Amino acid sequence: MSSAAESLPARSQRRSVNAPLLLLVGSVALYIGVALATGQSMMLHVEGIVGLLQRMVGLGIVAVGQTFAILAGSIDLSVANMISVAAVLASFIMQGRPDMMLPAVAAVLAVSAVVGVVNGALISRLQVNPLIATLGVGLVLQGLLSASFTNFAGSVPPEFQAFAYGALGPAPYSVIGLFVLALAASLLLRATKFGAHLYAVGGNAEGARLAGIRTDLVTIGAHVLCSLCAGLTGLYLASRLRSGAPWVGRDGVYDLESIAVVVIGGTLLAGGRGGVWGTLAGVLLFAVLDASFNMLGVSAYSKLVLRGAIVIAAVAAYTFRSRDLVA
Amino acid sequence: MTIALRDIAERPGAALVRRINLAVVVFLVFYLAVGLLQPNYLEPAGAMNFLRRAAPLAILAAGQLFVLVSGGFDLSVGSLVTLTVIGGSMLTANDPSNTWWAIAALYAIGLAVGLINGAVVAYLRTPSIIATLGMLLAINGVAMTWSGGSPRGYLPDNFRMFGRFVFHDVPFTRIFPLAIVVLAVVAVLAWWGLHGTVFGRRVFAVGDNARAAQLAGVRVDFVRIGVFAISALAAVTAGIMLGGFGGVSVDVGAGLELQAIAACVVGGVQLMGGRGAVVGAIAGALTMTALFTLLTLLGWPQPLKETAQGLILIIAVAFGAWRRRRTG
Repeated sequence: MSSAAESLPARSQRRSVNAPLLLLVGSVALYIGVALATGQSMMLHVEGIVGLLQRMVGLGIVAVGQTFAILAGSIDLSVANMISVAAVLASFIMQGRPDMMLPAVAAVLAVSAVVGVVNGALISRLQVNPLIATLGVGLVLQGLLSASFTNFAGSVPPEFQAFAYGALGPAPYSVIGLFVLALAASLLLRATKFGAHLYAVGGNAEGARLAGIRTDLVTIGAHVLCSLCAGLTGLYLASRLRSGAPWVGRDGVYDLESIAVVVIGGTLLAGGRGGVWGTLAGVLLFAVLDASFNMLGVSAYSKLVLRGAIVIAAVAAYTFRSRDLVA
Repeated sequence: MTIALRDIAERPGAALVRRINLAVVVFLVFYLAVGLLQPNYLEPAGAMNFLRRAAPLAILAAGQLFVLVSGGFDLSVGSLVTLTVIGGSMLTANDPSNTWWAIAALYAIGLAVGLINGAVVAYLRTPSIIATLGMLLAINGVAMTWSGGSPRGYLPDNFRMFGRFVFHDVPFTRIFPLAIVVLAVVAVLAWWGLHGTVFGRRVFAVGDNARAAQLAGVRVDFVRIGVFAISALAAVTAGIMLGGFGGVSVDVGAGLELQAIAACVVGGVQLMGGRGAVVGAIAGALTMTALFTLLTLLGWPQPLKETAQGLILIIAVAFGAWRRRRTG
């Protein structure tokens, strides 16, 4: 991990700056190309583009959170299960009643924060490998959830569905919300002490500790932010599906896909380098691929194969020139 | 140097205790609990059946062990198990005379998957989590496309015998499943490969410090490709056995990759490489199977097994980390 920084600092820095822009341009070009080639020019009108952006929201929110975890040199495999917990909890507490919206949202955010603290504490205090710690926490959450609920539980009131279906002019609230969240995350990373410490811990945890940074608190903070974003995604899914079921997170493969888009967006899997905008560009690429596959009429199963190949190819595009030995 | 001296100065009893794999002890405790709830398990025939059911996971764990010790992860094995079962039913097309070449073809597919995994990690420098995750998605897609999304039919009996066939009227144990023979062969091969060959030493060296191994003249790329090929071949073997257990479905292998990694972790294998033993991996797999059996006997709902699996994972790794911190 450290040798990456030593061997190729200049080139990898340049690449990480360009990556989001390159992805953005490539994704847009692909989208326009496929739309024109298949003669579906209405996909290029406002509704088509809004539809494309709306595809980004669910994965986008959780991926912003995952960016924090990965930047800190950690990873969070519990997000998909956290999303299911949040969606079910929200719709179960609301039971279709508008007056229960606030308590439900508060409960979801509180549970998310606690899960984040547990993840972070297992990793930083008990020194459990982040993959295993978050995988274990995810299994615990999923088991408890599936044992308590077997189907859609409760429902959300129409007022809450505005989160997913309402719009300000042509722009849906959810899309605006995603970009506001990304902006806030980017400011947190660029302009605060916490952000600087996060990069330091991800780049070299031991160095950061010797420099007097409370690395354990930074790791816990990153995981709290990550879990909170997963909770928000759960709330968004509950709003979009009008109810929550214990499988919504896992069906979306949000754990693996959020990691994939973060890495595609140019954030180093080892931590310490990258940012939110790259992640968002990665999410855009996934949304464009989804939309393009639909326009091209690719079968659902072939989509899986292509998606797998594209994840590898996109990550390999960053890594194959490196002389670093990875495992 | 100081560490070595301290090791020598240690009481001989403590050294002996440390040589015994902890997972073996944990497994025996769990198995005893299972036996107390359901005395059948304490009879030889019950134990044989238990081993038969644990065999596929133990084989997967033995394969995954090579990748883990080299410092990587292989997340594609679960989907490869599914592909093996579905591919087996498609290739044999209910005709027992097709079984042998079908099995050969499945091993060829598995080998190809392993070589691709290894080559992507070794030459494209893609972290194995991402590379094998992509492979997982791709293999699932291939399996679904091949079967048209709804696999049908059964595997021929001679295909299913590896998981299913039981020798009767054996002295002492009365029954002896063929699956245990397969498990024993795989275990011996894995033990020899990891602890008895130069290749095995190189796997440890690469997992401990890939750069140092490279400077010492180890072809790191060949080692990486080798471990992923071994893991994939183990997955095909496990798939053939699981095909004998139940019917053909699209989710036979789902989640097995995590169970295999969990089994290794419980068996004391260190993630990110450099430490692990075949005895531990197999004992870990037996522990996981005993745990699931125990929960079933206790009447826990199916989903809570996931919760228990999560807890045991965290505890095993936290304990390992604590022991390493304490012993330096």
